[in-house]
Amino acid sequence: MTAAFLILATLTVAGTAAAMGLRNAVHCVLALTVGFAGVAALYLQLDAQFVGFTQVMVYVGAVAILAVFAIMMTHSPTPVPLPAYSRHWLAGSIVAAAVFAVLAWAIRAGSTSAPCLPPQPGISVQQIGDALMHRYVLPLEIMGLLLTAALIGAVVIAMDRKEESK
Amino acid sequence: MSSLQSYLLLSALLFSIGLAGALTRRNAILVLIGIELMLNAANLNFIAFWRYGPTPSKLTGIMFAIFSISVAAAEAAVGLGIILAAYRHSKTTDLDQMNSLKG
Repeated sequence: MTAAFLILATLTVAGTAAAMGLRNAVHCVLALTVGFAGVAALYLQLDAQFVGFTQVMVYVGAVAILAVFAIMMTHSPTPVPLPAYSRHWLAGSIVAAAVFAVLAWAIRAGSTSAPCLPPQPGISVQQIGDALMHRYVLPLEIMGLLLTAALIGAVVIAMDRKEESK
Repeated sequence: MSSLQSYLLLSALLFSIGLAGALTRRNAILVLIGIELMLNAANLNFIAFWRYGPTPSKLTGIMFAIFSISVAAAEAAVGLGIILAAYRHSKTTDLDQMNSLKG
């Protein structure tokens, strides 16, 4: 466990905890970008450069912006601000804490021998592209189909039906 | 504690934070963000196991993470579209008020 890991882990956990804890939804998304960037930096620490930059592009660049747009479009000025947490927040927190306790216990008890770090694999983007085009070409095509379907589906679902019926 | 275990613990913590957010928040968009956080924790696990596994040159973990990120992006787009449609219908994103199927 290095100092860089500790700093990045603290940043990530602080960002995500703020994203799930703050009351203002826009502040939540801003904190979420910090958390996503921290996860991307952790990927870089683990020598997965391509996944790290994909994380920056997809999550920090697209998902967070999409969430900000959705918050803007669903913003309704209510005279009394609604409470940020559900009525069942205590039960939800207990369930989450129990899940973390079980996972942490399994991780601590699971492996007694520390696996040594293998030498740096040095994966280039060319190797990833080769694998995507040869061994994983069928999943790649299915993913393209899924993304197309999701694109069309999102537009159709979010379309305003009242406009076309007029 | 080994380095792999610390990554797994961090990932478990991220998953629990996302789960707590998905279970306790009232805003539907923030619930969706909590689900995204849980997916991120799973991706971090994939990458950590790939890096500390016996054969990191086989790229399996990286492929899992890339496809998982793609599915998460599609899920976010469709989920936010559904939230927009539900907001147009019921004029709220409060999940405690969206409690009727027929409207």
